[in-house]
Amino acid sequence: MLGLTIEQLSYMLRGTGWTIALSLLGFVGGTLLGLPLALMRSSGSRTARLLSSAFVQIVQGIPLPVIMFVVYFGISIGGYNVPALAAAGLAMTLYSSAYLGEIWKGCIQAVPKTQWEAGECLALTPTQRFVNIILPQAIRIAIPPTVGFMVQIVKNTSYSVVIGFFDLTYSAKVLNNSTFMPFTVFTIAAVLYFAICFPMSMIARRFERRLQRT
Amino acid sequence: MGYDFDFSFLASYAPDLWHGVWLTLGMTFVSIVPGFILGTSVALARLYGGRWLAGAATCYVEAIRNTPLIIQVFWLFFGLSVLQIYIGSFLAAVIALTINVGAYTAEIMRAGFQSIPKGQIEAADCLALGPVQTVVSIQLPQAVERVYPALVSQFVLMMLATSIMSQVSAEELTGVAYMIQSFTFRGFEVYLVIAVIYLAMATLLRLVLMGVAQVSFPRRRRLGTPL
Repeated sequence: MLGLTIEQLSYMLRGTGWTIALSLLGFVGGTLLGLPLALMRSSGSRTARLLSSAFVQIVQGIPLPVIMFVVYFGISIGGYNVPALAAAGLAMTLYSSAYLGEIWKGCIQAVPKTQWEAGECLALTPTQRFVNIILPQAIRIAIPPTVGFMVQIVKNTSYSVVIGFFDLTYSAKVLNNSTFMPFTVFTIAAVLYFAICFPMSMIARRFERRLQRT
Repeated sequence: MGYDFDFSFLASYAPDLWHGVWLTLGMTFVSIVPGFILGTSVALARLYGGRWLAGAATCYVEAIRNTPLIIQVFWLFFGLSVLQIYIGSFLAAVIALTINVGAYTAEIMRAGFQSIPKGQIEAADCLALGPVQTVVSIQLPQAVERVYPALVSQFVLMMLATSIMSQVSAEELTGVAYMIQSFTFRGFEVYLVIAVIYLAMATLLRLVLMGVAQVSFPRRRRLGTPL
């Protein structure tokens, strides 16, 4: 089919599976680290704000492939022989937490200040105010940009090819080296990426329109 | 952790690093201008191009924005070599970056054009300006002014994305880093240094681009007016 054998195609599909796995790892890790970051970014403590914003600035100013290398070599100098998945997963976690933290900070701040004040008037404690009043509204605002960023995560897992992680890009590269059919191989890879990313882009856009209407 | 850090490679490989920095910056600046022109044209095509042109522009934007840059680069670079067209890795990288950043710029510029009040276009009509004049001297400056911060972020991201071009053997900063670590086996230190250099370049590029805006937009306080 398309000049490729069934084995070669299923090789690429296996790569796609690892792309999805790494994306999920990056998103879950990014959420676990990004949530506290967003809270720190919008907290009252000056130190917390400074620390978290420094982290975000640093991570956003370094290319993801370089983060991958730093993590990869950083773990290995500790004397551990890590699988590329762990290094790539950690790098994706750092990378996506910086962006997700920044997105969610914006969403928390987008909730009108009067909501905080109203909560205070009702004698809610700061935690109650945040959990019961602000968070539900912030989540509604956060859904479209978060889904949008998931597209970025999927695309950016392709950079893990620099540390030799086996994903869709890696499998395409290997197949190209053995078949010399770059247009076929990379078009299939692009179509596979598109098939994952485009629906998410559409969903993000639909959520955004729905939010604008209300 | 009994690890001795050794940054002595810095002295002996400084010229290579410097060369890598220049190649990275060169790639970035050479891609920004054509990328901006392409993106603006595509945005105009989507807005005023009629059904077919707008459809083609939408396909281009969606195809690029939903696939990774590295696949686009591989497609172009290895594809051209199969067609026996050899253009060198620098030119291939610049073409790929231009096509890539054009799609993102198109979305940003479209938002910019759409944010301009109708009254501006009607006023231009009243002054008997042609459609081209209206776009060039009325809509474009205002649109750029509005979305300038988003454009700057996009260009900084593009500078960071050049780091993947070492995959097609362009000797930019990340490529130099790979070369150094394969000679010295000091991977961690090398990439820490590279990370700091990228951080500095990203900050500098942002400052320079914002400085350009301060000089070139007379109504500078309007920069980044919420859409």
